[in-house]
Amino acid sequence: MNIRAYVRADGRIGIRNKVIVLPSVACVNNVAFAIAQRVKGVVNIRHEVGCAQVGDDFRQTYKTLVGIGSNPNVAGVLVLGLGCERVIPQELAHDISKSNKPVECLILQEEGGTTDTISKGIDILSEITQKIQQERQEVTISSLKIAVECGGSDYTSALAANPAIGYAVDKLCDMKAKIVISELIELIGTENFLEKRCQNPEIALKLRKAIERVAEESQKYTRDELEANLIPNNISPGNVRGGITTIEEKSLGAVSKGGYQCPIMGFLSYAEKVPDVEGLYVMDTPSYDIESLTGMVAGGCTLALFSTGLGTPVGNPIVPVIKITGNDKTAARMRTDIDVDVSDVLTKSRSLEEASEKIIKEIIEIASGKPSKSEILNYSDIGINRIGPRL
Amino acid sequence: MKKRALIMNDLDNVVTVLEDVKKGETICFKVAGSNRTVKAIQSIARGHKIAIKTIERGEKVIKYGVPVGYAMTHIGVGEHVHVHNTASLRTEGVK
Repeated sequence: MNIRAYVRADGRIGIRNKVIVLPSVACVNNVAFAIAQRVKGVVNIRHEVGCAQVGDDFRQTYKTLVGIGSNPNVAGVLVLGLGCERVIPQELAHDISKSNKPVECLILQEEGGTTDTISKGIDILSEITQKIQQERQEVTISSLKIAVECGGSDYTSALAANPAIGYAVDKLCDMKAKIVISELIELIGTENFLEKRCQNPEIALKLRKAIERVAEESQKYTRDELEANLIPNNISPGNVRGGITTIEEKSLGAVSKGGYQCPIMGFLSYAEKVPDVEGLYVMDTPSYDIESLTGMVAGGCTLALFSTGLGTPVGNPIVPVIKITGNDKTAARMRTDIDVDVSDVLTKSRSLEEASEKIIKEIIEIASGKPSKSEILNYSDIGINRIGPRL
Repeated sequence: MKKRALIMNDLDNVVTVLEDVKKGETICFKVAGSNRTVKAIQSIARGHKIAIKTIERGEKVIKYGVPVGYAMTHIGVGEHVHVHNTASLRTEGVK
């Protein structure tokens, strides 16, 4: 199967032609916004980090910013700095330019303030925008790196939307695409199911240790509730009322969006580059949707499949997010947010197999240029995961 | 009237009911494209599970084709499968 996409100078494949203003620190968010407003097709990346950070936390932030700028959906970048921040804007611009695209750097303290910086930024971006114009080409679906995510889940997520995505993921992996699943807390109890699919024992061991770490953390913070319920980890009284019996059952409902058969080829740290070898990857992210998606996008995912039962509007500034629901009421009520309705799996006994075909059809259309609902509504959520104190 | 349920994998020994079910009602579901039924021996709320095979004490409860827990008691066909008779494999051997 083929899509129509952008072949980048470094050989990587993008499905959008975004030009971004990337602040090296939150202090210049408003300037970045003002510049982006004035140039057609430009989007600013609003984030809350870049200074007063040290150690692993700083390194993770830096890696994430480089990853966002280097994403193949991004055709050109203006790194906007303040001048005194922890993330050095020139270094950030240099590291992003290794992905072989037009990258410029502008520093507010050197330009003489907000208004001069805005004016210079508009000049730079209109030049970058002229440089990057290019046509889409026919490429195979194997060039896609797809993030799978769920949020605002209800019982239809576990019964329809996630399994339908899972069937699609198995087929996409057969077609040599790369898929990334995340949110380790949702993997607790699925270790045996996942381990059988790990390509080698090292990946399996890494995965088991990481899940165990998150399970211990979650128990540390929720001991009182756990003792009251005698139910281990991340399962609430509401879950039990809804029919979920064990943590394995709850987690499998979420993990089924990562497919049932496709091999797990690696365990990735937050924002780590997704390798070019086909299969499923597990990324270490928290279960906060926006931070999780940001990590996978920084790793190079160019498209996201997002399952939701109750309905959530989340989007991303550089990646189309395809919303999939198994809840017929949500599909009707939130039709301006939902891209694919698979509720007939539950209301009309349509097979998960057929539902997965519907999802793949939408992937091909959206990858080839049709805007997702989150793009139509200009959603631009970015959340960079923090793992250390703000000093 | 028959009530509907969903099986997630042909290997499963439970199905999830898609409507509230009363004691004695028949529940239909599809396995590999063919229609099957099970009779509820107690009332079961929408979203909850019912056994379609006998599950002996200590045996695994299978959903999505993989174990999601183990039976703490004997579970008969048509019985509600939930926290009163099924526990997490993570707690196996704890009690």
